[in-house]
Parts: sequence; structure tokens; C-alpha cells
Amino acid sequence: MDGPGSQEPTPGRSTDPITAVPVRYPERWVAAGVVLVLAAMFVNMLVTNPAFNWPFMLEHMFSDPVLRGVWVTLSATVLSMIIGILLGVILAVMRLSGNPILVSVSWLYTWFFRGVPRLVLAVLFGNIAILYSTIHIGLPFDNYWMPMLGLEGDARFFAIDARTLLTGYTAGLLALSLSEGAYMAEIIRAGLQSVDKGQTEAAQALGMSRSKIMRRITLPQAMRVVIPPTGNETIAMLKDTALLAYVPVTIELFYQLQAVGTRTYQIFPMLVAACLWYLAITSVLMVGQYFIERRFSRSERGAGGHVVGGAH
Amino acid sequence: MAEENHMTGLDQGLESTERTGPSSDALVVAENVHKSFGRLEVLKGIDLQVRRGEVMCIIGPSGSGKSTFLRCVNHLEKLSAGRLWVNGELMGYRQRRDRLYELRDSEIAAQRSDIGMVFQRFNLFPHLTVLGNVIEAPTQVKRIPKAQAVEHALELLERVGLPDKASAYPEQLSGGQQQRVAIARALAMEPSLMLFDEPTSALDPELVGEVLDVMRDLAEGGMTMVVVTHEMGFAREVGDSLVFMDDGVVVEEGSPTQVLSDPRHERTQAFLSKVL
Repeated sequence: MDGPGSQEPTPGRSTDPITAVPVRYPERWVAAGVVLVLAAMFVNMLVTNPAFNWPFMLEHMFSDPVLRGVWVTLSATVLSMIIGILLGVILAVMRLSGNPILVSVSWLYTWFFRGVPRLVLAVLFGNIAILYSTIHIGLPFDNYWMPMLGLEGDARFFAIDARTLLTGYTAGLLALSLSEGAYMAEIIRAGLQSVDKGQTEAAQALGMSRSKIMRRITLPQAMRVVIPPTGNETIAMLKDTALLAYVPVTIELFYQLQAVGTRTYQIFPMLVAACLWYLAITSVLMVGQYFIERRFSRSERGAGGHVVGGAH
Repeated sequence: MAEENHMTGLDQGLESTERTGPSSDALVVAENVHKSFGRLEVLKGIDLQVRRGEVMCIIGPSGSGKSTFLRCVNHLEKLSAGRLWVNGELMGYRQRRDRLYELRDSEIAAQRSDIGMVFQRFNLFPHLTVLGNVIEAPTQVKRIPKAQAVEHALELLERVGLPDKASAYPEQLSGGQQQRVAIARALAMEPSLMLFDEPTSALDPELVGEVLDVMRDLAEGGMTMVVVTHEMGFAREVGDSLVFMDDGVVVEEGSPTQVLSDPRHERTQAFLSKVL
């Protein structure tokens, strides 16, 4: 009659807290044991297999050319994301403009750059100087209309040698940026379309112009939807800068690490070094992404300041 | 001249050419307003006049075209035919001889800035505070200095009974509070006409009163208002005129007491017997 201690079931209402024996899951413990053994085997292999050659890796992982490679990787990530986002905004606005030519050009662009693998693009742009030995700035189609008008000469103002302009780094950066533009266009379009039509109507009714509505009302609200996938894109881009090695961009991180590996016949340690470098940088970016997303979910929640945690 | 016969679709049923607009006491003049969405004709020739200071309530079953008409007034919808003037200005177009020229985006925006609109679903800007919502248009469109806009905004928030909510975000407010902010936001542009598109239809019943109170205050202050509503009590008490629309036409128009208690048309009677 007095609570959980008594053997007999108590009739009537019990107000005592429940202290029932929980259900046991022995099979989970068996599985956990197996996983633990496998993990131990893996760590053992890391330590004992001489092919890892950890001292060699540590010695060469922070050499000057490699550190320069890290810097190139970071700058290529930032630059290609900036260009990609700008291109994405333009393409998304084109896509939503309603003008049939702008819409189809935007669609075609996205179709092409999303359809071709980035590795292929990188190599393709590395060889683009085959198409253009020199790049001219001037009026288009002058070779057609100048003779038609009976004019001599050309309408080109100056020329640049493509082999100086499209060095490996520029060509690779171009490939990554143009490709990123296609993905960002889709992300930004989804963001813009996620903003309720009533927002535009309310702003129109207040007498705001189209461009003001875009800048002050629609884009800020689209950001909420655009920011998280853009963070993912940045992290993916950081990893994709390794493709620059195939342009080839010789100053790039992965190229440098591989170069050390092949030169010294220590291929595997340098590949592990590459893994560690990319892991380290992406981890930093992930932390940044976490804080940016938290900030944006807060401004969405309002000024109250009490963020509901653990939503990520 | 051949030019003279150049009539656009908007000209049908109109003889007058050089109309600069209606007599001065009419703020809104709608003449034979038609609106079609594809093949669906939603407005089939609306003729209405709203005098300065008048509160006109528009009632009717859903799908009757009353909201569409309201959206035509500030050119959120383009008319398919007919003309609509606000304050003597032809909305959305410039007329030279027999031809209509579409106004530029900025010109339409300027026309709209004189007309406030309150929506059924509030449509407050969720990324801005209440104060941010109210000062957005004055500072961005009228380019009023921020301090002055804030001062005016706080007065307006006081007037709609929300003096302490300036720094709140819209989603922290109840529906009734949001709609009152929306009214303050529209008033901040000091419009000469206010349009209300079913302002209480999305509200919980107990919140309807606070919004109607603000609207009543506004009417007493002499604001010209066109209110699409289902609130018959408000229409009777505050409205100067009542319009019953059905199937894209104005079926009956008159003083609220007359239309509500002694409707002349069968369709009006049938509708009122369901809602009253």
C-alpha cells in the first residue's frame, strides 16, 4: 500500500513517481563492441603501418610551398564564391524577369554548367588558349559590318595575349566561378521565390519602386533561405579547388602535396596530409557556418534574443 | 486622320477623349471598369464614385470581384477596359488624344504612394521591426529624414493603440496588433485614400473589434475609405454608402441602412439573408 517498495499492486490512484526497470537492448552492446574492435584495428594500422610515415608527413606538411598552396586554395575559394554569387544573382533575376530571351539564356547557362563535371570544366578552361590566342576588346562582328559599310580596318581598341590573361590560375578560377554561378542561380532563385507575393504587393502599394522592393524587401527575406545552402556551397568549393591541380595550377595545395609525394616516392603520406589539410579548413568553415546560420535564425525570430537552441 | 481611329482595347465603350478627370468632390471615379484573368471575366463594367471624406463599404459573396476592384484602384491589377481616376489622375496611364500610354514603374509608384492599402493577411515586412515597417516607405519613397519619420511613426503607433510595440517584430504580435501596425504603415505615407481589403477576415473573432475601432477613428477623422468587408455592423454604423457586388457587377448601391434593411434586388436579399 505504500509505493514502489511494496510487492503487491496498489489499487486506486498512485501519486508516486514511476521507477520502472528500463528495457535492456543487449544487441546494441554487442554491435558497439564489434565497432570498437574495428576502430581499434584501424588505429593500430595507422600507427604500425610504415607506409604512413608520419614523421615524414609532419615534416613536409608545413613546408613553404604547401603553405602557399593553402593560401591559393583559400583565395580561390573566396574569389570563386564571390564571382559565383554575383553571377547567381544576375542569372536568378534574369530567370525571373519574364523576358523570353533573358529567361532562356539563363536557363541554358545553368543547364550547361550544371551538366558538365567541374573536373572537365577545369581541364577545358586550362586549354582555352587554343580557342583564343589573343583577346580583343572592341565592337562585336566588326569583320562583317565594317566591310558592309565600306569601312577599312577594324573596330578593336586593344588586344591582350590570351596566354598571359588565361594563366592556369585565372583559367581555373574562371571555371570554378562560372560553374558556381549556375548553382548559386538556382539557390538564389529558390530564395527569391520563397518570399510571399504579398510582400511585394504591400511594398508596391506603399509606392516603392521595383528595384527598391528587390533590395529592401525581397532580397533580405530571401537571405534566410539562401544563406544555409551557400555555406554548403562554400565548403564544397573549398574541396573542389583541388580540381585546379588538373588545369594545371601548380601553386595550388593539392598539386603541391602531390608534387612532394612523387618527388620523394612518399605518395601516401602526402595524400594523408591533403586529407588533413582539407579537413582542418572545412572544419573551420563549418564552425563559421554554424554561427552565421544561428545569427540568421535569430533575426528571423525577432529581437527577443532567446534563441531556441539545437535546431541545427 | 488615321491616327484618330487608333483605339486600344481599353477604349471600348468610351466616347470622351480628353477627360482630365471628374468633378472635384469625387476622389475615386471608376468608369466601366472591366478585368479579365485569361478568359475569366471578373469585373464586368463597374461604375462607382467615391466622394472625398466618404466611407464606402463593398460587400458581396466571395468571387464577386470586390477585392479585384479594390486592387484595380491602386493599379495592383491592370484594368482590361474602362478608366479609373484617383484624385483626378488616370491610374496607370497617360492619355494623349485617343491613345493611352502606360506609365513607367516610377510614375505608377508615385500614384500609389498617395493611396494606402491594408491587406487581409497584413503583409507586414517580417524582417523589420514595427517601427521599421512604419518608417520604411516615408524614408525610402518620400525621402523624409529618419528622425522626423520616427517621430511621425510613434504618433501613428500611439493612434492605433500600440505605443509600446515599436521595437517588436511582427511575428511577436497578435493578428489584431499586426493589422493595426499595417494601418499605421499605410497612414505614414499620409495618403488621401485608404483601401481596406477584408481587413478583419483573417482575425480571430475577439480581435476584430480592436481593428474596427481604429478604422472607425480614421473614418471620424475624415479619411476617404473604400472597405471590402463582411462586417455588416461596421458597414451600417460607419459607412456612408454601401455597395453590393455579385458576379462582377454592382448590383445595388445606396445608404447602408437602406441596402441592409430594405434591399431592392433579389440577389442582395438572398445574400443578406445568409449573412445577417
